[in-house]
Amino acid sequence: MAIATQLGYDDLPGLMTRLTGDEKHDWSSVSTLDVLWVLYDRVLEEDDRFLLSKGHGPTAYYALLAAKGVIPLELLDGFGTFDSPLGHHPDRTLVPGVEIGSGSLGHGLSIAVGRVLVGRRVFVLVGDGELDEGSNWEAVQYAGRAGLENLTVVVIDNDSATHGWPGGIEARFALEGWHAVRVDGRDHAALEAALCNQVAKHPRCIVAEMRQ
Amino acid sequence: MTMRERFYELATEALWNNERVAVVLADIGAAKIPDHPRRFNVGIREQLMIGVAAGLALEGYRPIVHSYTPFLVERPYEQIKLDLGHQDLGAVLVSYGASYDASNEGRTHQAPEDVAALAALPGWTIDVPGHVDEAERMLAQALGNDDRVYIRLTDETNGAPIDGERLVVVRRGSEEALFVLAVGPTLDPVLEATLDLDATIAYLSRVRPFDAEGLRAAVGGTDVVLVEPYLAGTSAGEVSAALQDRPHRLLSLGVLLGEFRHYGDGAEHRAAHGLDAQGIRASIERFQESGAWHLKGATPRL
Repeated sequence: MAIATQLGYDDLPGLMTRLTGDEKHDWSSVSTLDVLWVLYDRVLEEDDRFLLSKGHGPTAYYALLAAKGVIPLELLDGFGTFDSPLGHHPDRTLVPGVEIGSGSLGHGLSIAVGRVLVGRRVFVLVGDGELDEGSNWEAVQYAGRAGLENLTVVVIDNDSATHGWPGGIEARFALEGWHAVRVDGRDHAALEAALCNQVAKHPRCIVAEMRQ
Repeated sequence: MTMRERFYELATEALWNNERVAVVLADIGAAKIPDHPRRFNVGIREQLMIGVAAGLALEGYRPIVHSYTPFLVERPYEQIKLDLGHQDLGAVLVSYGASYDASNEGRTHQAPEDVAALAALPGWTIDVPGHVDEAERMLAQALGNDDRVYIRLTDETNGAPIDGERLVVVRRGSEEALFVLAVGPTLDPVLEATLDLDATIAYLSRVRPFDAEGLRAAVGGTDVVLVEPYLAGTSAGEVSAALQDRPHRLLSLGVLLGEFRHYGDGAEHRAAHGLDAQGIRASIERFQESGAWHLKGATPRL
């Protein structure tokens, strides 16, 4: 990706405030912020692709794209307005650097499988609530059995699935042949280590636990 | 050779001859299209099948996606809407089974709603071949572009192919004669039903985008009959829009809306929906008899 401007992690809360005008919000609590930062700052290479499947609450994503110079900072000001390309769910045809439009849950993983099947290395971000959607499991089952080692799923686990995931999300992925680990979703070093630890012949699932 | 058999041959050839082509299957058809590095059978997972096609399109490939009609169009409908349409990606969806090719399999394998469902989404080219040679031409054309294309294969067939994707006048009546537009495999029964009538008979195999210009040029009188091999009235809005500045009457024939609980064979289903030559003839006669035709039950009901 083209990196013109380079802002740091500490600039992200300010950018999110610019998006929403909300001065009081504790932006550090946004669940996707740390994973997105580590991915874009330390993990993703030129030919890699990142798919935000969980398209809800995309302020951290837009802030990150602005911080990395993928979209102009000025774009943040009109967030959610009629003519703004930045809506409450992202649209790939409107925002540079956005690989898929999302919002309806359970679509990103299948699209990622298609890309990985022809050689692309892809990272997908989903939520633990999103995994309620059965469509995810079609992709999880197939990717595991096909041994798609270039596929990595990061699950933001903030315990938001209504009926929970007894035994842990990672156990479900492991059963399907994935290399699955659980890390502290705020720990940048742990996230980076997990994201960079590619495993031959197995897709990877990194459950990023968001402790309240 | 049926459209389905020909399709399997063509898809196999395309995999080997066109490096952009990929084929995505959910078990159905997997035994007929041999292994190839770009033939992906995901098992019985139709939502994944469409998502994978979208991913392949994002990577610059031209995916062909194939299954039985209800499992290709209806089960993964939101994936078709979002993974292809909303992402602005192309794919060639090739269904087999049409409205009731699987007559004795029952309702679960019948999908007369498919064209209406896809026509409700923007940007789809919808091809309804009436002959195996038309299906071959449609697939070749679809593989040469990046559009969202739906090709609806069926066991029903006309005796001869008709070339071109525009509306074609097959038989010309007098200037203001009854106008009958037959879609896909309904042409032969329509020709039989109207043999001794003063009628202009036209044929259409591409129903979206709809050839409004061709229709306007071909219609001379006021009475229009639309015969479609799927849900009755699917293209009625297109006909009305094309003729909106002209006084006209429209009779839309097609598969009747209803939870149709019968098995049997295709001929019995055609007859039940009034889509065999006899049924089409009866509907046309009632339509022509009276301006208040609807009071006499011109619209067939289940």
